[in-house]
Amino acid sequence: MTTIILAILIGAAFGAVLDRIGATNPNWIGKMLTLTNLHLMKTILLAIGTGSILMFAGQMAGLVDVGHMSVKTAYAGVFIGGLMLGAGWAAAGYCPGTGVCAAASGRKDALFFIAGGLLGAAAYMMTYPAWKSAGLLDGGKLTLGAVPGAGYDALSTVPGDILGIVIGAGFVVIAIALPERLRGGGEAVAPAE
Amino acid sequence: MVLNWKTGGVLLGLVFFLAVLLVKPIGVSTQFVILDAIIADVVNPDLITPTEDGYSSTNAYLAKSDGKYANNAANPLNYSFVFVLAMALGAFLSAMARGGVGADERKLPAIWYANYGDTPVKRYAVAFMGGFIVLYGARLAGGCTSGHMMSGMMQTAVSGYIFAAGAFAAALPVAIMMYKREG
Repeated sequence: MTTIILAILIGAAFGAVLDRIGATNPNWIGKMLTLTNLHLMKTILLAIGTGSILMFAGQMAGLVDVGHMSVKTAYAGVFIGGLMLGAGWAAAGYCPGTGVCAAASGRKDALFFIAGGLLGAAAYMMTYPAWKSAGLLDGGKLTLGAVPGAGYDALSTVPGDILGIVIGAGFVVIAIALPERLRGGGEAVAPAE
Repeated sequence: MVLNWKTGGVLLGLVFFLAVLLVKPIGVSTQFVILDAIIADVVNPDLITPTEDGYSSTNAYLAKSDGKYANNAANPLNYSFVFVLAMALGAFLSAMARGGVGADERKLPAIWYANYGDTPVKRYAVAFMGGFIVLYGARLAGGCTSGHMMSGMMQTAVSGYIFAAGAFAAALPVAIMMYKREG
């Protein structure tokens, strides 16, 4: 029961924040991916940095259970799937989470996105054995540094928690340093709601 | 109006931190599979099959990892599925609290209108096809923007970086080709 209450609280907070930062608005996604307004990119980079610093510092202080980490396997299909997701994300302006949030906030096109998504997920369920037998799903759970107590293989022998804080700080610096726009002229235009 | 990136970024980072502090990292795209499985099992009750200590499936994907997905589809009242439903509710309440999304935007986003005019059918077709390849790709990759890019990079997961490289390598050229006019 506690886990369900946590699911409701954390899920609702996540949806509300996605709505407030503009991530559920295809105009903001389009501006970010055409590099004409990087406000959302700065938000996301700062979020990754903040989360990373808090999590790894919390682990070092013994406040965060290392066992709560969940590192996904790295394999060739991650890159191929990333390419597919990127293309659809750019065309539609939605990714799985923001598409659901956008539909909930009344955007009609997001309903079509979800319908397409359910069909795409079903198509993957059907074709999964082909990817599996081609060996494109084979790999390992790797982190950049060796996180103490996490049990994941690491790319380097650098202490993973310290590295996580350093990289997190790097994300924050990039978020601050990124200009408002990289393409197009003049002041970046904020999308309409 | 959206939150300033400093406020918004810290708030979003706090949500990701709270998730990993209290339960586990945030992820969404798996739940499309779970919903598919719930629907498909109604149509074809042989899809999800009881075993001695849980559930399995006649579908190889649902049956993998000791029937993890089959179990979740058989018991939808689990953390990850409820999380996505709550996420939708949170977004709805937040949007309502700021006055809701305008009628024009609900029909067509401004960036679409600026590039393709008043063509809702074309927009909905693009959104549908986009959804198809986004979820096919996310399941092939084993995660989406939340699970791989944000939760993954936050944990220094190599898979998160590989995913982000692929996603942006495709997303930037597609967006630049499709949306030449700023909305």
